[in-house]
Amino acid sequence: MELRKITDLIWEIPKQGDMNVAATIYASSRLLESVKKDLTLLQARNVACLPGIQRMSYVMPDAHQGYGFPIGGVAAFDMDEGIISPGGVGYDINCGVRLLRTDFTEQDISVRRKELLAEIFKEVPAGVGKGGITKLSRNVLKDILLKGAEWAVENGYGTRDDLLMTEENGRMREADAAHISDRALERGIPQLGTLGAGNHFLEIQKVSHIYDQDLAQVFGITSAGQVMIMIHCGSRGLGHQVASDYIELMENKLGTKGLPDRELIHAPIGSSLGRQYYESMCAAVNYAFANRQMIAHWVRDVFVKVMGSAKGMRQVYDVCHNVAKIEKHTIAGYAREVCVHRKGATRSFGPGRQEIPEAYRTHGQPVIIPGSMGTASYLLVGTAEAEELSFSSTAHGAGRVMSRHEALRRFRGEQIRDELQKKGIELQSTSWKGVAEEAPAAYKDVDEVVRVSHEVGIGRLVASVTPVGVMKG
Amino acid sequence: MAEKFRFLDHTADAKFQAYGRTLEEAFVNAALATVSLMWNPEEVDPRLSHPIDVEGRDLEQLLVHFLGEIIYLLETRSFLAAAVDDMVIEKTDKGFRLRAACRGDDRPTRYSIFGEVKAVTYNEMRIELGCPVTVQVVVDI
Repeated sequence: MELRKITDLIWEIPKQGDMNVAATIYASSRLLESVKKDLTLLQARNVACLPGIQRMSYVMPDAHQGYGFPIGGVAAFDMDEGIISPGGVGYDINCGVRLLRTDFTEQDISVRRKELLAEIFKEVPAGVGKGGITKLSRNVLKDILLKGAEWAVENGYGTRDDLLMTEENGRMREADAAHISDRALERGIPQLGTLGAGNHFLEIQKVSHIYDQDLAQVFGITSAGQVMIMIHCGSRGLGHQVASDYIELMENKLGTKGLPDRELIHAPIGSSLGRQYYESMCAAVNYAFANRQMIAHWVRDVFVKVMGSAKGMRQVYDVCHNVAKIEKHTIAGYAREVCVHRKGATRSFGPGRQEIPEAYRTHGQPVIIPGSMGTASYLLVGTAEAEELSFSSTAHGAGRVMSRHEALRRFRGEQIRDELQKKGIELQSTSWKGVAEEAPAAYKDVDEVVRVSHEVGIGRLVASVTPVGVMKG
Repeated sequence: MAEKFRFLDHTADAKFQAYGRTLEEAFVNAALATVSLMWNPEEVDPRLSHPIDVEGRDLEQLLVHFLGEIIYLLETRSFLAAAVDDMVIEKTDKGFRLRAACRGDDRPTRYSIFGEVKAVTYNEMRIELGCPVTVQVVVDI
């Protein structure tokens, strides 16, 4: 496939054959090497062939091969001629990250660190086959699907302030549970308020470096050593089932003929099936918001119990990593509504966007990019340039470079725990094998990913955080 | 004994091939490969049996539905599969139908669970009706 170098960090697959637009890849030559090893570029090209795609098929710096769309793929579609695709959102709908700040310092918690982590591990259900706290009725679940984090706050999990600091205020209003299958509901009932497994985690962190003092201050970060909390999880089995159901419904209705990849299946946005997927997806997004809201609340409770207070614990922000949203963007000089698919990508709205919480509006939105287990994570800020460069999107994480199988061959969970301990990082997990699969060396260098984001201008560095305690599902 | 399944390298997720003398045997082995990402099926007491009855418009969809059923049983019944018996796949007007008995245990705390399969995908899926029958699956984990 032809790949043209535009700058050191921008690459292009020119429009050719049945592509409707070109594809743009944001990567350093080192990141590009790993991208070339799998099907990422081919998948970005396939996305460029979809009906109604606008401007470009974008690939973020942490991209790797996905299903249909690449992970780290961003594409916007025309509201009349365009499509919506469950494979463009991903199976874990609204897999996302929440970041909390506190007034504690590393020293304040140093003797209690182990206890804090152990208590969080007790309070937050994690791992496979672990149910949440309550046996929900279907009606309550449907309420959660409509209201998202708002439901959680109404039911005593956290505060209204948390909602203000969440994308969509923790609730996508277009949500409708009417076209969600019984099977998806059944999978959602036992899993509300659970972290899950795989790459999902909860970390107690400390601020390690501040790149932009003024912006850090705006986001509640004052100094190195400040204790932060990061929660990474999604919509669990409910979201996965919604994705599977709609891939199938679209296949049954529209067929798979001519599709280079079955998970590129899509429906016109304006069609009833497209609309039903969108509304169901919004409901799954809400489930994930409620999930993270509940988990954050339990973390707050643990701090009160162990430290005597949750001193200054406030939500910095909560971002979606797998989602499709209808947003206004300027295309060829005109402001238009488009359906932006971000699959393994973070929205990075710059200053002035009405969607951003008022407290941040003149600065741009916080962008939270988790690293791999035991490595740095980053807080960035959305930029005005990102609008033109990537429909206001940037990376979402480190991105794997090694298969889980290979990681298991090379690493042992206990060995990783010991190595982390030497670096002053406590680890709690439901499975050592799971820990080995998530070995830091199995991931791309997140430092390089955020450097590219910063230099290209799709999300600028504000601060980095490193873990002191890691809980893995 | 012939190899039942083999894992292949896949950056982000798990990709395997499962083999069998018949389509049924290959599907059973695909189920074993899937659960082996989460627990050791040989350790699970096959004390209970759940009937499985799924349909698919083609064999690929049938396989996605069948493996999806195992995840569904885990998430909604806390049921850990140990083995799949008595599988019959038949052609119908609408495509294919699969019936089988999934044996296992609904006491998950008794076993070590070390992974989570989130979804069965169509990505790189292949079903080759050769000798042996080979099915290739990528699961989202």
